[in-house]
This record gives sequence, C-alpha cells and structure tokens, in this order.
Amino acid sequence: MSGMSKIVKTISGIAFPFITIYGLYVIAHGHLTPGGGFQGGAIVASGCAMVLVSYGSIWIMDRVKEKNLSILESLGAICFILLAILGLGFGTVFFNNFLVGTNSLFGVVPAAGSGLADINTGGVIPLMNFAVGLKVIAGLFGIVLVMAYASRTKEEKK
Amino acid sequence: MISRRDIAAVLSFSIVAMFFIFGALIIHPFGTPDETGMDDNIITNAQTETGANNAVTSVVFDYRGFDTLGEATILFTAVAAVIMVFRRLKK
Amino acid sequence: MIFNIPFIAVAALILIGLYAVIFKRNLIKMVIGITLIESGVNLFLITLGYREGSIAPIYTSSPGGIMALPVPQALTLTSIVIGVAVLALMLSLVIHIYRHYGTLDVRKMGGPEE
Repeated sequence: MSGMSKIVKTISGIAFPFITIYGLYVIAHGHLTPGGGFQGGAIVASGCAMVLVSYGSIWIMDRVKEKNLSILESLGAICFILLAILGLGFGTVFFNNFLVGTNSLFGVVPAAGSGLADINTGGVIPLMNFAVGLKVIAGLFGIVLVMAYASRTKEEKK
Repeated sequence: MISRRDIAAVLSFSIVAMFFIFGALIIHPFGTPDETGMDDNIITNAQTETGANNAVTSVVFDYRGFDTLGEATILFTAVAAVIMVFRRLKK
Repeated sequence: MIFNIPFIAVAALILIGLYAVIFKRNLIKMVIGITLIESGVNLFLITLGYREGSIAPIYTSSPGGIMALPVPQALTLTSIVIGVAVLALMLSLVIHIYRHYGTLDVRKMGGPEE
C-alpha cells in the first residue's frame, strides 16, 4: 500500500520512540507490576504497525526484509529454550529457577508479605521476559508486514 | 423454498442455545469459586520461592513454564505458515 | 439469578458468534464469528476466578485484603495469543482464496467434487 501525506509521516515518526519506550518499560518490569513479555511485545508491535501504515509497505519492505525479522524471532526462541535447559544443568528439573537466592544477577529474595518493589529480584523471570518480548515483537511485525506487502494494487507493482 | 438443510441448521442451533442458557443459569453464583486449595498455596508461597512480586507472572513463567513453551511454539508456527503462504517461487 | 450476569454475557457472546458462523454467506463474516466465540471463552475463563471483594494478586504497599485466583488469568494469557495466531492464518487464507476465485461468497465456490 502507498504511504500517506507529509503531516501523517512526521507525527508518526515523532510518536514512535515514546511508544517503544513505554513498551520496553512494560516488558522490563514484568515481575513487579502487571505486564510481562506478551503484553509489552504487543504494545511495541502496535507502534511498528502504525509506522507501517503511515509510510507505505513498499518503502518499509525495501529497508526491512522479512528474513531479518525471521532471524530475530528465532533468536528469541533459542534464548528462551536455553534458559530452560540451563535450569536442567544447574539444578534438578527442567525450567528450574536457578538464580533465586544466590548472590548473582537477579538473586535477591524479598521478605514475605512486603511491598517494596526492587528490580533486582525475580531470578530467571526477567531474562525470560526479554526473550519472549523479542519473539512477540518480531513475530507480530513480520505477520503485518507480509500481509500488507502481498495486497498492493497493480499500479504499484511496476 | 425452505430446504431441508435450513431446517436442520435452525433446529441444531436452537438445541445448542438451550443448553448454553440452561448452563448459564444453573452455575454457581458469581464470586464464589468451588475449589481454591492450589491457588491459596500459590498466593502464600510465591514471594519466597520465586522472588517476584507478581503472582501471575510467577505462575506463567515458573510454576507453569511448560505451557509458555508450547505457546511460543504456536507463535513460531503461525508466523512461519503466514510467510509461506505469500511466497512467490522465483522462476 | 440476577447475580450471574457475567455468565449470561458469556452465553450471549458465544451464541451470537455461532449464529454468524452458521447463517452467513460472506467469508469475512464467518471469520468475525469465530473471533467472537473465542472472546466469549476468554471471558468465561476470567470470571471463573473471582472472589467476592478481592484485589489483584500483586504484592504492593497498599493495605490489601484477600486476592483473586492467579491461575485462570495465566491460562487466559495463553488463550489470547492462540486466538491471534489462528486469526492471522485464517485471514491470509481468505486473501489467497479471493485471488483464486474472485468472489467471497461461499455458495459460488466449488467443493471437492470438481
């Protein structure tokens, strides 16, 4: 599909970084506030779809090919499975939370019933949030881009 | 004219509708779940065992992480199938 | 009986979606009907896990009370993502069918006999 007028392109280019920052905030604080990998990934994919509608699918497809998006999505899935297998190596079972209680990256355990939100808690959950968020962003943006590129009219195909 | 297929469709739809409305009227009152043993155990132990303040995220990624693995597989399969439908073979 | 209004809303959503799948002839209307059925099932999953006068299951520093059940909310997350994947695949197949037949009417398409 072709792009829209100059005003629409400027405003969507100004609004896109704010939407991305908000989506990354929802992904990163998934273990403290409502949110997580799937919800934040849907927010960033909506911002990317807004840029796609306002700039035209031919312009975006020339710069972002869908095989780069496919590589990013596979990277997210591999990281998720790697974190699950590392639980098998360090602990006892598949999907074991092996970073809780130790003195390493995300290992502080909050006191029972307290409400203080410290980002340093959670064990392996924030890392899994980042992997799933990357997978959802690349997957949903890839679907929208391929379907918009495949339905362009005959005048634009030349 | 009214064909036999239309009569069969209307009859089966009304039978299914009767079952749904009957089930919605006879279910337990809204706000009183039947069995809460597992969820009470998760609410009291989630903060010390997983270390996260959010009980829903700890259920999705720690207590039931295997379901999230299946869901990630579904997302990957759907994206691969959509890209494959719109692929043009280069002549 | 009047306290079961969320369950009656679930039944209404599923029945309207079923009506759209059975009695309509346009392919896009059938896809919308399937999405309505899926929304009704998600609403049913969430209303099964509510306790009277409870708050969200997140530990904050505000004075709390009893908490709602967290497991049905986790299952609904998975169900929503599955619905999105099925909807994307259905719509791409509808685009493919439209290019082949030129129309979206179900009665004008051939079956497996031709």
